[in-house]
Amino acid sequence: MTPTLQGFLIASAALFSIGLLAALSRRHAIFILIGIEMMLAAANLNFIAFWRFGQQHQPPVGVMIALFSIAIAAAEAAVGLAIVIAVYRHYRSTNVDEFNQLRG
Amino acid sequence: MNTGAFIAIAIVTLSAAMAAATLRKLMHAALSFALAIVGLAAFFFLVGAEFVGLALVFIYIGAVAVLIVFTILLTRRDVEKDHGFKWGGVVIAAAVFAGLTWSILKTQSTAIVAPQIRALTVKQIGQALMTTYVWPMQCVGLLLTAALIGALLLVIEEKP
Amino acid sequence: MNFRFGNYFWFIPAAPFAVSLVILSLSNTRRKAAAALAVAGQALALVMSIMAFAKTLQMPDSRIVANFTWFTFGNQTLRLGFVLDPLAAAMLVMVTFVGLCIFVFSVGYMADDKNFTRFFAYLSFFAGAMLGLVIANSLLLLFMFWELVGLASYLLIGFWIERPAAAEAAKKAFITTRIGDMGFFLGMLWLYNRSGTLLFYDRGNGCLEAAGLATVGASATFIALLIFCGAAGKSGQFPLHVWLPDAMEGPTPVSALIHAATMVAAGVFLVARVYPIFSLGAINGVTPSLTVVVWIGVTTALMAALIAVAQADIKRILAYSTVSQLGLMMVSLGVGGVAAGIMHLLAHGFFKALLFLGAGSVIHGCNGEQDIRKMGGLRRVMPVTFATYAVGMMALSGVPIFFSGGWTKEEILQVTAHWPQSHVPYYLALAGVVLTALYMTRQMIYVFFGESRSASAHAHESPRVMTMPLIVLALCAIFFSLVLTPAWPWLDAYLIGEGVRFDLARLIQPMLFISLVLVGSSVALGVWIYGKAGVPDGNRTADVDPFEYVQPVLFRFLAHKMWIDELYQRTLIAFSWMCARLSDWMDRFVWDGLVRGFGAFGQVFGIFTARVDERGINAGVDETAAGARGLGRLLSAAHSGQIQTYLGAIAVGMLALLLLYAWLA
Repeated sequence: MTPTLQGFLIASAALFSIGLLAALSRRHAIFILIGIEMMLAAANLNFIAFWRFGQQHQPPVGVMIALFSIAIAAAEAAVGLAIVIAVYRHYRSTNVDEFNQLRG
Repeated sequence: MNTGAFIAIAIVTLSAAMAAATLRKLMHAALSFALAIVGLAAFFFLVGAEFVGLALVFIYIGAVAVLIVFTILLTRRDVEKDHGFKWGGVVIAAAVFAGLTWSILKTQSTAIVAPQIRALTVKQIGQALMTTYVWPMQCVGLLLTAALIGALLLVIEEKP
Repeated sequence: MNFRFGNYFWFIPAAPFAVSLVILSLSNTRRKAAAALAVAGQALALVMSIMAFAKTLQMPDSRIVANFTWFTFGNQTLRLGFVLDPLAAAMLVMVTFVGLCIFVFSVGYMADDKNFTRFFAYLSFFAGAMLGLVIANSLLLLFMFWELVGLASYLLIGFWIERPAAAEAAKKAFITTRIGDMGFFLGMLWLYNRSGTLLFYDRGNGCLEAAGLATVGASATFIALLIFCGAAGKSGQFPLHVWLPDAMEGPTPVSALIHAATMVAAGVFLVARVYPIFSLGAINGVTPSLTVVVWIGVTTALMAALIAVAQADIKRILAYSTVSQLGLMMVSLGVGGVAAGIMHLLAHGFFKALLFLGAGSVIHGCNGEQDIRKMGGLRRVMPVTFATYAVGMMALSGVPIFFSGGWTKEEILQVTAHWPQSHVPYYLALAGVVLTALYMTRQMIYVFFGESRSASAHAHESPRVMTMPLIVLALCAIFFSLVLTPAWPWLDAYLIGEGVRFDLARLIQPMLFISLVLVGSSVALGVWIYGKAGVPDGNRTADVDPFEYVQPVLFRFLAHKMWIDELYQRTLIAFSWMCARLSDWMDRFVWDGLVRGFGAFGQVFGIFTARVDERGINAGVDETAAGARGLGRLLSAAHSGQIQTYLGAIAVGMLALLLLYAWLA
């Protein structure tokens, strides 16, 4: 017996939801970034799963997109963490609840 | 593919992710995040996308996790404080998970097993990168450079 | 390595373009780098041009064509391409060689200019555009480069933008050539409409090949005339010649580039390139369109030569001589002597660049003075400039045997004499030749002989970086004639695509004696008239031209360029001014009146509605406003400024969409 596509998709959905949980519930800015990274990784798992279970193409589109998305996630993490540092310098805090200059 | 292996990997990955999302100490959470990424890479190995799995390990653990650790160290003064936890997020996340699971289970076309495929070699990926995807690859290179410079500009200390 | 150069000749224009971009990105202070890059780019283009030239030598009577698809629009495919044939290859070598000399000269001439790097960027851009024009294999691609040449000339003529005259001249050049380009563009559209392709050569389907020409049919005359409008604009043919003398406001190397290698050559080149359209359906070598070309050309040649006699600015004289020579080339093309016309174009490129650079050297030596009446006696101070300038002058005047210009001019006279339609162009061209020798003699005497006057008193010879190009060009003007003589007409044969044989007997021709006598007598005439120019003679004071003394009215007529600029000012420009005034008046009183009427009506209506509004609606609106304010307050409360709230909202929204989608499916 082998796992079905559904199994992978549900695992991916679970990872995504945990990432969302981290991004929504924790007040520390770095947690939000970790959560976003987890959501991106979950999306990558979807790409790979669909590549594996779907029609085979040459070049392997799903794999390529996953590769590119990993590269972009790396860029995003670098900029995001830089922003965290810059914000920390400004507010002397990493608690996102204190960043509310845009309050309506 | 083996269901036992799948379930084991899923349990490790998801519990590590859960730990990353909920642990109080930031440093522990970052390490759990790295473990979750290792689990994800194991998924990739399981389905035969070894190259992507390796790339994931290199980039996420070698670069992103290290960056996170550095950031934690740089913002140390604040780390010791516990910022608390919002329970509203749990509700939303659970709802999203329920919705996703419901729609996945409802979609019958996803209840399929993996077809037999020939192994994906690194050579194929390299060829694809150098032919069809050569422009996207260049663009990603440019993007990474821009991100590097942008990150530097953001954190550079202004001289008073 | 199976690198076949033949398919890569489009690198030739690419090199100067790339260099131009690089220089533009340099800072203003990197003067040495800019000059070195520009010269290196041009040298690279020269080397590649020579390679291309050698390629065409290996396989005479064939052309290398590289076409590609630009874009597909519905089921229409627009294809562009490059072509390398003897015509293009000869032009390539001339343009790059003369260009290189001018670039090197500019290093010295522009040494003190503050926008040195920008100058070289534009110069490279100009050369690149011209090279692209030469090898274009599509009328559309040619037109693109044609416009780029126009743009580059605009930038360069107006290079000293702080001088109002330069800005005016740049504008004038741009607008005047644009009038011609309008015709060119229409002709191109018409041609596309008839033949369905703008490629010149496309394996028998191009618009210049038999199958393509057959579809053009009777409209060829009109198409050819429209295209000739463009050529006349660029090559400064009457009545669109007015911009060319004004273009002298640019730096002298630019004048040299425009007048010798690039801009004005483009018009003649264009006519030669699309010659099959001009000569389609020719009876005895005569078509209506070619006849027009001949008459325009001969008018231009004679008129410009006459004007040149009465000019005092050293560069303006040369400018009018260019106009005149271009007219002569057009005549040659019109009477069927394509090879002769192009040969004259090539030879002219060398000696005109020489003359302009020589003039630049003179101006540089005289600290910016351009009036020949204030010079004099420079023969002793500037020996190199004098010697090379003399070579250029003799080549331009068409002194036979030793100078390239002489042979090509004879060739042109030869074909013009055999034109079946009329002999008038031949005699008028002869008159033009006489005048050319006359005004060049006048210029030589004023500038280099006699006593030194106000501007030349402190003159000095130019640095080596400026004299070296002069010497090289002078040698070219002499030795280029080796391949032009009737005894061994190698270039002629090459351009036509035939073999060549050596026959000394053909060297002696009646035309040789005619031109010998003509040129000799007109130089003698020049010496006789102008021998005492610049010094008082009898009742004449030193600053009065000898010719002016005898014929003051005629001289004034010529000195004012036959009042053509004033004529345009009074007629065409006045007309468009009047049109503008009329539309202004219409706008102010007719349309504006209507608008005011509507406005008044609206006002009355407004007063009426205001009454209704105040009493009936206003109360309701106040209520609504209050409600909106309340809603706004409510909504602004949702904007907590907290990213996590926003993120949660996004997640909820995503979930809602997901459920909606699942429900629909």
